[in-house]
Amino acid sequence: MSRSGAVAEPFTDEAQQHEAATLGLWLFIASELMLFGAIFLGLAVYRLADPAAATIASDHLHLWLGGVNTAVLLTSSLAMALAVLAARAGRPRPTTLWLLATAALGLMFLVLKAYEYRLEYLEGLMPGVGPPFPLDRPVELFFNLYFVSTGLHAAHLTLGIAAVGLFAWRTARRRLPLPEHATRMEGLGIYWHFVDVVWLFLYPTLYLI
Amino acid sequence: MPRSNALAFFLVYLACLVLLGATIGVAHLGLGALNPVLNLSIAAAKAFLIMWFFMHLREGSTLVRLVAFAGLFWLIILFGLVLTDWLARSGGPLG
Repeated sequence: MSRSGAVAEPFTDEAQQHEAATLGLWLFIASELMLFGAIFLGLAVYRLADPAAATIASDHLHLWLGGVNTAVLLTSSLAMALAVLAARAGRPRPTTLWLLATAALGLMFLVLKAYEYRLEYLEGLMPGVGPPFPLDRPVELFFNLYFVSTGLHAAHLTLGIAAVGLFAWRTARRRLPLPEHATRMEGLGIYWHFVDVVWLFLYPTLYLI
Repeated sequence: MPRSNALAFFLVYLACLVLLGATIGVAHLGLGALNPVLNLSIAAAKAFLIMWFFMHLREGSTLVRLVAFAGLFWLIILFGLVLTDWLARSGGPLG
């Protein structure tokens, strides 16, 4: 196979480069899984240690806000997946539009999350700031874990939105020739969907169980 | 290798929304110990759909699938060892 412009130095052809890029991203995802996994483990042990406190705390979360946000993230994932399809088909315009939709839905998630944080702040559920904590001490530990896990997730989402925005801009300015660079779009998608999957587990773990 | 298409993606999206509705419904039934089992199973089903289709594992080579599974496998070790220790301690639910 002849080398096209999109094949970088150590690789002999596009298929090899695609395999290496995908493998590298999944390795990164695996390391991310360890980071979030430890927090989920903390939540599981907390729940086993004090099921009553966990139930009280869970009932104070805004279940419907979390549910709407789950739907928002699922929709953003669909938009991201369609952006990858458009990139593979070598169509920069739809790719840009789907990427912008992805970023907009990601922003919508963050706005709703910020509104939810505000409600919790006003109820005194945020540790360390705002009104005094209204519930028992063991329940407060749940909210520490809640803010750490959702905060870490929001930070990942913020990075994702910035990356999607950058790709949208580069695609719109034709700086990212498609379909030659569709592999990069796939990599961006894998990261975005991973952040979605983390939320898919955070939502039932924190709000529903 | 199977190539992704927009129709499959849309069906995956619809399935995820249905599962989201199911998980909220299950949470309101008051099923006790069954509640976490069902809710986490539904989350795992959604995660599998997204990983298999949106994250292109369906198109991926065996090597890529293995690496993706290895992440999960290490997580199983982490949870397995810690929870075994926790559940077997005196004063714990089994002890």
